[in-house]
Amino acid sequence: MKAKRGKFWWKALLWLLPAAFLLVFFYQPLAAILRLAFSARLAGEGQSFQPAMVAETFGFTLWQALLSTLLTLGVGLPAAYLFSHFEFPGRKFLRLITLLPFILPTVVTAVCFNSLLGPRGWLNLGLMALFNLSEPPVHILDSLPAILLAHVFYNSSLIIRIVGGAWSRLDRKLTQAARMLGADAWHTFWELTLPLLLPAIGGASLLVFLFDFTSFGVVLMLGGPRFATLEVEIYTQALYLFNLPLAGVLSVVQLAFTLLVAWLQNRVSLPRYGKAAMSSERANLRRPKTRAEKAFTLAVVIMLAALTLLPLLSLVTRSVVSLEADRGARGEVQAGFTLRYYRELFRNTSGSIFYVPPVTAVRNSLLYAGAAMLIANLLGLLTSYALQASGRLGRWLEPLFILPLGASAVTLGLGFVMVFRRPPWDAFSFPMLIPFAHALVALPLVLRTLLPTLRGIPDSLRQAAGTLGAGWARVFREVDLPVMLRSLLVSMVFAFTVSLGEFGASSFLSTGQNPTIPVAIFRYISQPGALNYGQALAMSTILLLVCAAGSVLIEKARLPGEELF
Amino acid sequence: MLEIRDIHKSYEGKPLLEGISFTVREGETVCLLGESGSGKSTLLRIIAGLEEAEAGSLWWNGEEISAVPAHKRGFGLMFQDYALFPHRNVQANVAFGLRMQGLPSAEVEARTRAALAMVRMDGFEGRAVAELSGGEQQRVALARALAPDPRLLMLDEPLGALDHALRKQLIGELRRILHDSRKPAIYVTHDREEAFGLADTLMLLHGGRIAQAGSTAELFRHPVNAWAAGFLGLGSLLSGVVLSLAPLRVGTALGVFRVSDCARAWQPGEKVQLLLRPREARVFAGQPEGENQFTARVRDCLFMGENYQTELRVDDYSLTIQTELPLGVGADLVVGFPPDKLSCLEAE
Repeated sequence: MKAKRGKFWWKALLWLLPAAFLLVFFYQPLAAILRLAFSARLAGEGQSFQPAMVAETFGFTLWQALLSTLLTLGVGLPAAYLFSHFEFPGRKFLRLITLLPFILPTVVTAVCFNSLLGPRGWLNLGLMALFNLSEPPVHILDSLPAILLAHVFYNSSLIIRIVGGAWSRLDRKLTQAARMLGADAWHTFWELTLPLLLPAIGGASLLVFLFDFTSFGVVLMLGGPRFATLEVEIYTQALYLFNLPLAGVLSVVQLAFTLLVAWLQNRVSLPRYGKAAMSSERANLRRPKTRAEKAFTLAVVIMLAALTLLPLLSLVTRSVVSLEADRGARGEVQAGFTLRYYRELFRNTSGSIFYVPPVTAVRNSLLYAGAAMLIANLLGLLTSYALQASGRLGRWLEPLFILPLGASAVTLGLGFVMVFRRPPWDAFSFPMLIPFAHALVALPLVLRTLLPTLRGIPDSLRQAAGTLGAGWARVFREVDLPVMLRSLLVSMVFAFTVSLGEFGASSFLSTGQNPTIPVAIFRYISQPGALNYGQALAMSTILLLVCAAGSVLIEKARLPGEELF
Repeated sequence: MLEIRDIHKSYEGKPLLEGISFTVREGETVCLLGESGSGKSTLLRIIAGLEEAEAGSLWWNGEEISAVPAHKRGFGLMFQDYALFPHRNVQANVAFGLRMQGLPSAEVEARTRAALAMVRMDGFEGRAVAELSGGEQQRVALARALAPDPRLLMLDEPLGALDHALRKQLIGELRRILHDSRKPAIYVTHDREEAFGLADTLMLLHGGRIAQAGSTAELFRHPVNAWAAGFLGLGSLLSGVVLSLAPLRVGTALGVFRVSDCARAWQPGEKVQLLLRPREARVFAGQPEGENQFTARVRDCLFMGENYQTELRVDDYSLTIQTELPLGVGADLVVGFPPDKLSCLEAE
């Protein structure tokens, strides 16, 4: 009896910490936004609540997300087919490279495309040199295509991983059975493959849609002033126009819609036919044989390389090349290799837009990322155990813990600013809140990594250890921990990189004296001058390398055969 | 009808099929019997057109079909785990092949119903395949393969996933359906009970070749070698050396045996194996008298309903015999095999 009660309290304790954290740092800000939005709506303040403007922003957000998703499918589906069917040289490398954009901070994505297609990017520099032009001829930035391109760049990997994973596990006997019943290749695809892959395609598409719908950094930096998604508008209304009620209304619209999509995504991606359609092992890959297969492989490889590798390489190379006259030295063009942009990161010149050395941003980001990683994983671990231990109740409560995925980072930032500006909090405590905001942004990913592994440990394993005389601490150390170690490592890398690249909430919470790397990059690239541009590139490259290391780690630590999401 | 000529195929660099040739005649059921990994399923997939042979050719009524793609061969294949389409109900699964033929929907429906009736699954049309039991799934898969009226029916271990009792019942039904449809069929299995129950012609696949082909009775009476006898479970094998010819006498660890079966000409000194069939054993009391008899100790005696299955041991050789009466475990007795009931077989 006593033991049973002890167990109950343990369970309650498991729940208590994550629940308290979410209550204070997620549901409290959320409530503040809701209060604000509905008070604005009820008061009917014509100036702050503009239905036409909200509708227009919502419409554009929806439109660009739809277009982006369709284009991403256009790139992702052929690539998913390629990766799930064919073996070719460089396959592993290409697979890894396509994962990189997904964990790349949006700010870095924007800078990548800027370094390729922007006025100082390779494309324009090349054309200017080739045709002796004085002005950059190509204006792709600040347009819808730039937004779409960046969205395709960083979401294709989702389609490749989810649909490709399902495709490679699709029981080949089913399609062979269709062939034996007289179905040609087209009918086999239309009647068998497509319907059976539909949960994967639908789920992945909705996930991509969700990311595109809540896109912030890319739209802010590549869309220019003419285009604003709900996220960007919330940011602008709150930080530049100080129209908090309108920002609140926009947040509520955004939150409601993303929750709907997230719910739909969850429903759609449920495996419908279970074991019957999926074999436990992956079908063998083979080399492309026919001429059509070879052409297809080559075309997709070139497409993926152009889409993924080109912007990444462009960033890295552009960050070490000086091609323009320095400020105050007009006319003396020093073209060639330079590490100046990197060296300048450690110096505090008066030309810098900060009155602190840029390296401070790096230090800040690392500190925040470390803290956010610990908080997110501690919470994630506790929550996973709480959810796993409580059976049916856990399944009911799970959405409350996954909900932060639906709330965008900008909404979170807005909520934080509104709640934590009252005593005992003040503006100076904002930077201290950054790791908490980051932990919340990372929590859904952490849960999605840890929970399936934890649920995968058979209870009989723990019971066996228990009957052999191991206490709960011993069981955790000897059974759970070794099994969980890889997942824990993956989720830590996830949380770290998410925090390092987080831009939406940070743009609300970081102060002039305490920027994070993405905030610093955004400020650099928004300013004129070759040095600012170069420093933005240099910082982005550093972030890119950290993320590359992260994606290698994730890929290595991932259990074989296990897919993200 | 179907003629298979000199098919070769290797798997992961090792030869799997090394020159397989046989024919399937109209209305004939050919059983391919072999151990797992013997390549029998691969052979079936080559005939189906799902895999390519490295050498050899396939002919249908004198016309080469090696290059015809699977969906145009007009062959039906029933997969080992049925491969029923999980997103379609029973009706749609069976109708699939008929729809692919572009038949009018009224005919599709009528023939679907007829196919389901043939396997006694009428009334299951609207059911999801996941709701069906293993035996029911097996019937639906058979109906699906039969519905488009294939010119050849192939079955890849169709009863492998089912329990013993159900298997026994379904063998009978399969025999009825194969007989009624009068279709040439190739049936792949590793289970000799299934093979004996269904085959017109039995083919043993071993070491990449067809070790023996013939009617079930032929194979039962005259296994081609010791491997075939062992694989078919015809009895215990005993190693020996030919001592003399006419009469054929074989020296073994259990003594000398005289054999009257002379399926093949032997050489003195040649290594052979004797097949000791359980039901041909004679049991005596006392001491062995001359050839074809030896003393053995009873290790175990199992009541099998009709008779007793008795396990005997002589030094480290053990054999199984059938007896009418129970024998006391631990007892020593004399066992004899009449010369006309022994088979002398090529050693492996």
